[in-house]
Amino acid sequence: MKGNVKQDILRLAASIGLYVLVMVLLEVGFIGAFWELNLVLICINIILAVSLNLITGFTGQFSIGHAGFMAVGAYMSAVFTVKLGLPFIVAIIAGAIAAAILGFAIGVPTLRLKGDYLAIATLGLGEIIRITILNIPYVGGASGLMGIPRFTNFTWAFFAMALTVFFIKNFINSSHGRACISIRENEIAAEAMGIDTTKYKVVAFTIGAAFAGVAGGLFSHYFYIAHPASFTFMKSFDILTMVVLGGMGSITGSITAAILLTFISAALASYPEWRMVVYSLLLIILMIYRPQGLFGNKELSLKVFGRILGGGKSGSAQHK
Amino acid sequence: MALLNISKLSKEFGGLKAVSNFNMEINEGELIGLIGPNGAGKTTAFNLMTGVYEPTSGEMDFAGKSLLGLKPYQVTQRGIARTFQNIRLFADLSVLDNVKIAYHFHVKYGMLESVLRIGRYYAEEEEIEKKALECLNLFKLADRRDEIAKNLPYGEQRRLEIARALAAQPQLLLLDEPAAGMNPQETHQLMEMIRWIRDELKLTILLIEHDMSLVMGVCERIYVLDYGSIIAQGNPAEIRNNPRVIEAYLGEEVH
Repeated sequence: MKGNVKQDILRLAASIGLYVLVMVLLEVGFIGAFWELNLVLICINIILAVSLNLITGFTGQFSIGHAGFMAVGAYMSAVFTVKLGLPFIVAIIAGAIAAAILGFAIGVPTLRLKGDYLAIATLGLGEIIRITILNIPYVGGASGLMGIPRFTNFTWAFFAMALTVFFIKNFINSSHGRACISIRENEIAAEAMGIDTTKYKVVAFTIGAAFAGVAGGLFSHYFYIAHPASFTFMKSFDILTMVVLGGMGSITGSITAAILLTFISAALASYPEWRMVVYSLLLIILMIYRPQGLFGNKELSLKVFGRILGGGKSGSAQHK
Repeated sequence: MALLNISKLSKEFGGLKAVSNFNMEINEGELIGLIGPNGAGKTTAFNLMTGVYEPTSGEMDFAGKSLLGLKPYQVTQRGIARTFQNIRLFADLSVLDNVKIAYHFHVKYGMLESVLRIGRYYAEEEEIEKKALECLNLFKLADRRDEIAKNLPYGEQRRLEIARALAAQPQLLLLDEPAAGMNPQETHQLMEMIRWIRDELKLTILLIEHDMSLVMGVCERIYVLDYGSIIAQGNPAEIRNNPRVIEAYLGEEVH
């Protein structure tokens, strides 16, 4: 237990170190505007992937409506800053709360469904959210909500990401998190062990939706606009791809996959027609050679490196 | 006052009476067997007791309170834990985590405490780990703690399932065919273990079993179920000589 505290402090120090490094590189102009944009996108995508992983990877509830919650966060926070003139932090929190409330409201009825049925229901609900927004003139309708100030910068994105990762990591490594994982593993057994499965499914769904809302708020305040076309089900699939590629039930996997896919997207920015081809090829290759995703349900840690190098004692790298 | 009191319990699936007029009384500390031919309704009876199915009619009281209308997790929280006929472990988790999950509903720290790592989190996590290890120790699984559950040999998976059920700290333990798929030697060990659990942990146990040597060897009282209703009950010697039981198992004598 004490080891965990030490590890957490180390992790925190490492992330601050990483932040300082990137900031220095940005200041001296080593990282240009294009890659700065992609760094922000990476942070946003990590938030999305890790939060969806909580729902799909850890709790085992197949959801493809994540872009819908992102849209709610994006619009709600934009309304707060543009229409109400409130500070950015309040707007982000409002976006998260709105997405969480919607996640809860959607979760309670739909999480009775299982597997493919749930996937289809969430896919549909994600689209319903988008089309509803599309038809609200107050937020700009089909032309989107314009004139959003650019409040998001790398600092905001990075710390929101770090918060998300720490939040979800800590949640998963608690008894409540184990209750969620047990639902994925065997719902009937989980129920027989005294776990209120419905409650924990809804909890996971709500937390996941809240962080998607945060990501949406950061997104709209970086690109000056909240547009319904940014939140189609293709976006949901993008996020799902990251989760599957990284490994269902691996936070570090989601982070790696989010970085990898954002880089690929950026590198292929000049050939947009090839992007989807590369994406699908990547997925096909992965599904053939590593159906459990890059990391499976394991976490990347120094212990794993130790094992790869042949030194360290074995033992599960998971749950730390 | 009986610990578990079931009277006139019935379950119908459409026109099929899976269990009808099922009566059972279990006192604290007893070790009871429930036997019957295939399809007699034994597992259905278990599922009724644990809230998986809702009975069509009848009464069930556990420790003085009705079990009717409770969901499976609520039944477990009341103090009835079960194992399954086909093993249902958390297959991809470690042995230790399997047991830890069973402690979940005893945990008092909230979600906020776990996310912020404040308050009771560390103390309780340590407690859970300690208790889970003790539980594994009792079942001689402690050296397997980091193994993934699905990689254990069959007999140990069965043992882990019982360990997990006990980790929920029940008063009544329901075992659904614990010896299924075991060889005679493993069955014998299991028999010893069940007896030991009852004596050491002061538990009440109800088990469904096909293996007659196990049932006759370990149970104090036996209920026999056929076509959904109890046809006989008594101690092993009485059951062995009961003509209705012999008929149910072997068929009628040819006249």
